[in-house]
Amino acid sequence: MTSYRQHELANGLTVLAECNPQAYTSAFGFFVKAGSRDEHKQIGGVSHFLEHMVFKGTPNRTAEQVNLELDELGSNSNARTSEESTIYHAAVLPEFQTQIVELLSDTMRPSLRPEDFETEKQVIIEEIKMYADQPPYGGYERIMEEFFGDHPLGQSVLGTTETVSAMTPDQMMAYFQQRYSPSNIALAASGNIDFDLLVKDAENCCGSWERFDASRSVQKADYRSGFISMHQPVSSQQYILQLAPGPAFSDDDRFAARLMNTIVGDDSGSRMYWEFLDSGAAESAGMGGYEFDGSGSIMTFICCDPDRAQENLNRLLKLQRDVKANGVTQRELDLAKRKVASHIVLASERTETRMFSVGSQWLTGLPYLTASEIAAAYDAVTLPQVNDALEKWTLETNMTLVVGPCEDLAAAV
Amino acid sequence: MPQQQTILSHQFPNGLTLVAQSMPELESAAFSISIPAGCRYDPSDKRGLANFACEMLLRGSGDLTNRQFVEALEFNGVDHSSSVSVYNTNFGGAMLATHLHDTLRLFATMLLDPLFPADQLEDGRQVCLMEVASLEDELAQRAIMELRSRYYGDPDGRSSEGSFESLQSITMDDIRSFHQQHYRPDETIVSVAGKFDWDALRDHIGSLLGDWESKPAAAVELIEPTKQNYHIDFPSEQTHIAIAYPALPYRSEEYFLNRGSVGVLSDGLSSRLFTEVREKRGLCYTVSASYHSLRDRACVVCYSSTTKERAQETLDVLIEQLTRLGNGIEADELRRLQIQVRSSLIMQQESCRARASAIAGDWMHLGRVRTLDEISDKINGLTVESVNQFLAEHPPRDFVVVTLGAEALESHRDIVSAT
Repeated sequence: MTSYRQHELANGLTVLAECNPQAYTSAFGFFVKAGSRDEHKQIGGVSHFLEHMVFKGTPNRTAEQVNLELDELGSNSNARTSEESTIYHAAVLPEFQTQIVELLSDTMRPSLRPEDFETEKQVIIEEIKMYADQPPYGGYERIMEEFFGDHPLGQSVLGTTETVSAMTPDQMMAYFQQRYSPSNIALAASGNIDFDLLVKDAENCCGSWERFDASRSVQKADYRSGFISMHQPVSSQQYILQLAPGPAFSDDDRFAARLMNTIVGDDSGSRMYWEFLDSGAAESAGMGGYEFDGSGSIMTFICCDPDRAQENLNRLLKLQRDVKANGVTQRELDLAKRKVASHIVLASERTETRMFSVGSQWLTGLPYLTASEIAAAYDAVTLPQVNDALEKWTLETNMTLVVGPCEDLAAAV
Repeated sequence: MPQQQTILSHQFPNGLTLVAQSMPELESAAFSISIPAGCRYDPSDKRGLANFACEMLLRGSGDLTNRQFVEALEFNGVDHSSSVSVYNTNFGGAMLATHLHDTLRLFATMLLDPLFPADQLEDGRQVCLMEVASLEDELAQRAIMELRSRYYGDPDGRSSEGSFESLQSITMDDIRSFHQQHYRPDETIVSVAGKFDWDALRDHIGSLLGDWESKPAAAVELIEPTKQNYHIDFPSEQTHIAIAYPALPYRSEEYFLNRGSVGVLSDGLSSRLFTEVREKRGLCYTVSASYHSLRDRACVVCYSSTTKERAQETLDVLIEQLTRLGNGIEADELRRLQIQVRSSLIMQQESCRARASAIAGDWMHLGRVRTLDEISDKINGLTVESVNQFLAEHPPRDFVVVTLGAEALESHRDIVSAT
């Protein structure tokens, strides 16, 4: 029923789709290999600011027209920027395929008009301030910077009020001309897609984009460990963040490492759940992997009462040492696999989720896997492989950052 | 619409309702169980009791301990959740369709035969206390919670978490007696969406919950809301602004006229608030208006956050736009809204979770499910004239404003006719 199709335009733009004629809707996304790791420090936040400017008009459309047309197609659209990619996406009814591809394609060549640029700058600064008020109060940016050191993966996605305030449209255009080569972009689609038409429309709309070299350095990070305390007196809770080395997105043991994360740190039924959440020792606690090109990290987080923060830091270290020394059980692995299998089926039923899967897989450069092939890859993971992952990705040797009202917390021993 | 929507329902002799939407193209199923045991039934000195009872129910039932219960959910691959609202305590989950019956059995046993283990009481209390504490750091939520409390009064403007003091006073006897009194089949709605066999599902629910004994509903005393503006002083980077104004409840004949006018304010990138507050003036990152309904009362809640230097202007523009809505909408705005609603209704059809929740909500408010065709017809039937007549009769006014931030704002006298 579902088929996978892929085509490369002459200028290097990849068009790829998971076509399911039974689907009620269609989803489309431009996936660009451009993120904060590609920025010079003085223009920190330019990838994310550019993501906003893409909706602010082109030589053919004003900002207002872009918004009006996205709504007139009944689209559910948005965009997101991360350390490595910027994704522009929209879901529509299948009858609007050509119109949405034309509209999204046009926005991918933005005008960056100075008056729009200055207005949008204020919006970005408000976004930065909004996150500054929210837990963990800039802790994520700080721990990424400390953990990755001078490696570009440690650079903030949003940038700072200073870098964003100082930015000019010319600097942004220069960045655009380094990253937005068609060879660095894929148009991914899923759902009820007419693929031949998609290729034809992409050719018409994107075929004239000029190709240039947009390679990036993917040198492996030299991870750092340590302990940092940020004092945030207005916070009522204490937040604990840890980053440990983890698999890159192309590492063979990524499936084993993800199951390890589920067993140790899922929000239900995991080792951390029983240690911290069931007893009310913490309000939230968990673990998740961040896989990048050539590097990777595993984040552990805990939110708890400040009075219990030191005790929780100590308990966390003990838990990490125990699980490494003794391994996990076959029963834990079996339950994690059942949970992941169920999650894959539920997620695969959403057209938009499939588009993200197709596009995100392209970002990694690995061969495409269907939802069932991904499920099979998890199912094939053995107990020794999970225990090897625990041995290799040393959760207990990490960068720890605490943020909140406590002033005297110390690294666990 | 993509296909004929099949809604099935059955009421058991004890009053319990099963309502379901068949989505045979899926491999999954989702369920929701809404029990009429919301926080409006918390005694005033035991606020947070419904939430604490919900937490304790999950800590073992029938033959299963706390740990065995969680493991059984994992074994069935259930992505589950629980929550307490003003009216209801809700349990829900999604999983492979083949595990639906086993999962429903686990939850039915939890409802009818909870262990309430004494050695888990303090752990459960800690979990509830943590929820209260962590809300302190959620500034937007704090502003909106205060707004609801001022708009709806007690108990319908409550949030379910309670306070440090009230949670400390709750005993296991309180929890048992809350369960005994308020967990009852009469107004309970079990909804299921996804792949299932209707006859087998109905029989299964009958065998699990058919013997559950019905009981009368408890009376609740309503206290008139203050509906006064309020400022929460807090040294934050941004000022959070929450505004409520009256709306008609979901069950009203005029609901779609009301909902349509809110859509013009806030649905989509070309909506008035997004255009005027964010796109033209760059005043904020977040701005929205959303419709909220209790059974017999409703309101529209607008929210935005911005740095304190620009907060007064943001509040002024918000009020100006809300007031301007009373002058009516344009044909283009209505046309865009109609396309968006059609599109989002169809997109919702891909998710069994969204449908299980939507049909339970409809049943609670209406005693039936509004089908997609019906909603589509109602929305397409809206005309500029009908919406504008509605707005002339019900213009946004009587605003209640709650702000949270480093400086209080000036609320214009003419915007606060309720005070």
